[in-house]
Amino acid sequence: MPDYTLDPHRKMNIEKIMEHLEDYRPRRKGWTWRQPILDQKIGPFTYCQTSAGLKASQPLPAAGFFGGIDPQPECTLTAEIASGRFEDDLRRMRMAAYHGADHIMVIRTAGQSHYDGLLEGTPEGIGGVPISRKQLRATRKALDMIEDEVGREINLHSYVSGVAGPEVAVLLAEEGVNGAHQDPQYNVLYRNINAVRSFVDAAEAKNVMNWAEIVQIDGAHNANATAREAWKVMPELLVQHAINCAYSVKAGMPKDRICLSTVPPTAPPAPALRLDLPYAVALRELFVGYRMRAQMNTKYMESDTREVTVTHTLNVLLSRLTSADIQSTITPDEGRNVPWHYNTMNGINTAKQALVGMDGLLEMVEIKRDGILGDRVRELKERAVLFLEEMMETGGYFAAVEQGFFVDSGLYPERNGDGIVRDIKGGVGTEVLLRAPDYFAPVCGHFGNNHRPKGVDQACSTISGCTFCVPEKIKWIDELDDEDNVNKRLQEGRPYREEKLTPEVQWAGDGVVSMTLFLPTDLRTAHFAALEIAKQMGWEDAEVIHKQVMHPAEGTVLEVKGKVKITIDPLTLQMPEEEERLSEEVIRQKVHERPMIGVAATVGEDEHSVGLREILDIKHGGIEGFGMKFHYLGTSVPISKVVDAALETGAEVIMISTIITHGDMHHLNMQKLHNLCVERGVRDRFILVGGGTQVTHELAWEWGMDTGFGRGTKGIDVASFLVKYREEHFPPK
Amino acid sequence: MGIQRTDDYETRRGHLAKLSEKELEARFWQLANQVVDPLLELARTHTSPSIERSVLLRMGIDSLTAKAIVEKALLKGVLEHGAGQCVWRYAEISGLEIVEAADNLACGEGWESLKGLFGEVKDNA
Repeated sequence: MPDYTLDPHRKMNIEKIMEHLEDYRPRRKGWTWRQPILDQKIGPFTYCQTSAGLKASQPLPAAGFFGGIDPQPECTLTAEIASGRFEDDLRRMRMAAYHGADHIMVIRTAGQSHYDGLLEGTPEGIGGVPISRKQLRATRKALDMIEDEVGREINLHSYVSGVAGPEVAVLLAEEGVNGAHQDPQYNVLYRNINAVRSFVDAAEAKNVMNWAEIVQIDGAHNANATAREAWKVMPELLVQHAINCAYSVKAGMPKDRICLSTVPPTAPPAPALRLDLPYAVALRELFVGYRMRAQMNTKYMESDTREVTVTHTLNVLLSRLTSADIQSTITPDEGRNVPWHYNTMNGINTAKQALVGMDGLLEMVEIKRDGILGDRVRELKERAVLFLEEMMETGGYFAAVEQGFFVDSGLYPERNGDGIVRDIKGGVGTEVLLRAPDYFAPVCGHFGNNHRPKGVDQACSTISGCTFCVPEKIKWIDELDDEDNVNKRLQEGRPYREEKLTPEVQWAGDGVVSMTLFLPTDLRTAHFAALEIAKQMGWEDAEVIHKQVMHPAEGTVLEVKGKVKITIDPLTLQMPEEEERLSEEVIRQKVHERPMIGVAATVGEDEHSVGLREILDIKHGGIEGFGMKFHYLGTSVPISKVVDAALETGAEVIMISTIITHGDMHHLNMQKLHNLCVERGVRDRFILVGGGTQVTHELAWEWGMDTGFGRGTKGIDVASFLVKYREEHFPPK
Repeated sequence: MGIQRTDDYETRRGHLAKLSEKELEARFWQLANQVVDPLLELARTHTSPSIERSVLLRMGIDSLTAKAIVEKALLKGVLEHGAGQCVWRYAEISGLEIVEAADNLACGEGWESLKGLFGEVKDNA
């Protein structure tokens, strides 16, 4: 069990997580699925595709309009988190879980799949994290604490591929990892690891994963990302899924722990759904009983986060039209940098928002199976069968790989001759040995021929139990490198996790900021001008991370990132004191003792009345509920009429609401109200209150109001202010 | 380099056209199983350095020691009997605990005592 619990108001203490790791054991083994709850009532709504809510979470931004609800979809939500420094990733994992992710996938550092053995210690990674026992144990321990904070099990995920697949599988099993990629075809096609070795190792790895009840995700989606024209590899994708599925089942895995990693193959401006939907249907019809891990498309994303978000929303639409057991997310910035903290949350929110927004879609809409969709489904299945037939005619899997069947950009049986070709005797890690007739492995979770000595029922009884049966036997190695390790990095970053503040996108103290700017010029000029602006702002390492033509001559929008060398000590910040709110009882009491009358209006050429009505109306918890009497004058009311009405009704309070308008009308209207009251010699009779989406107390005060309220204000905030202000400035006579 | 071929789907599919959807799906799985069967047989009858290291890990041996033992067992020509078996048998013969036996083998000691069990133990470590 974790030796400390998280305080919701304090950052995780990473140093404390790293303590006593040598004795830490995971709480459980195996994957945890969310439990769907049918017809669940959440706030004012009934949902049909949600699971239990969280104990503590961050709802979608619009939740404020619906009582702060945070419905959790019924499927698992994935966040990929791997910045290269796992200790900084732990804080991001906490944020991700708080946003609703329950599947944390840690990408491995570049090159680990060719490392012939296990990595130990905690070196820094490139494009991912070096997966080691210490890194996994610290991560699992942190996630166990995060589980307690949010009130939901969180699945940790890694990769069982490369030349050390079986050992990595054992490591994952021992350290309580819950999900893993395992697909020998990935080794063969994308890592050029010897094909025979890859399949021999895979059977052992799958057996180990099966012992640990680890959910498996296959690697077929990589063909999408690799083929030149990804939408043409659909028949092959069906074949790749089938090879790994059939192999896994024969190695002993139950179907419901085998997930197909499937990605909608295309993206707009292609007619995406016309291509993607028949494929998604064909996949689900062929692979009944298996689980679907719906991944978002990365192939066609570059630096425009808006475009990526729309594509990903369409991907989730596809999940809702068919099915998804795991909805994976891709951060909208993956096309331009190693994902940043807040973009991980954006990715999760895109999925959560779209899934919840399309709750119960299939109760009202159904797929037209007959017609063009059915024809396409049939065609894809036939093309896949033809692919398998030719593989068999050619001499089986290895022969097909040698002849470049896979990741050819042709729509099979079309072939463009650009597939990946591997020599079966070649590649990395060619040592494969025939087991001797007396071969014996005295452990559990072992695959294939194993000759137990006579009288031995369980293989590991010969050694009084293997680590799967006696986890105390697991050997702990701490660090192998005195310089490249987590302790050194934590020392450097510590001030920024404790007393000091600087901007951060991935690592404590990285100082990275970004800005969006529009420059009224062509793309090339804009690029260099933007860099110059960043330089003059004092940014270091400035880089344009996105640029987009608005018009070839009229302008370009850009996003620029850079580093600032600014460190803030929060204790020295000049912060206005937070307004302390009176209780409902006190407000009612004070208003009862001394009635309060006011007038309220939306001023200027503005027909928006929603915000102000919510502040006033008793049914929205507005100030009328506290016994205050407000005359609502309507919308587009001239300032002079507001003052007239206040004088006529004997009001003490004038409340005006504006939206942000061109030409600073909101600002001018507030000044005008103040000036008019001064002109008529009545300014000291009134409490003047300004409201609007972007208004703050400081701004309104500058413009002559006594206070101002912005977005998110509740009736009680205004009522509390009015009572307190009146006590102070207009004490009872 | 793979072959180049234009899309001849319409002519190739002749024998599939008459299959029902269920029959087509059954054919898909029958073929997929045929493709993987020989691969699985290979896995049943073969082993690799990584598999053997994974066995040693499960015996409570650390990754560095496991790596050294498998390297030596490969050079001495006994890996095909199982690295785990080597450690277990040597522990039995020498009366050492598994972890101590593993340390010895990793340092190159004790291999000759396995000669009687596995027949030839090469001395090219």
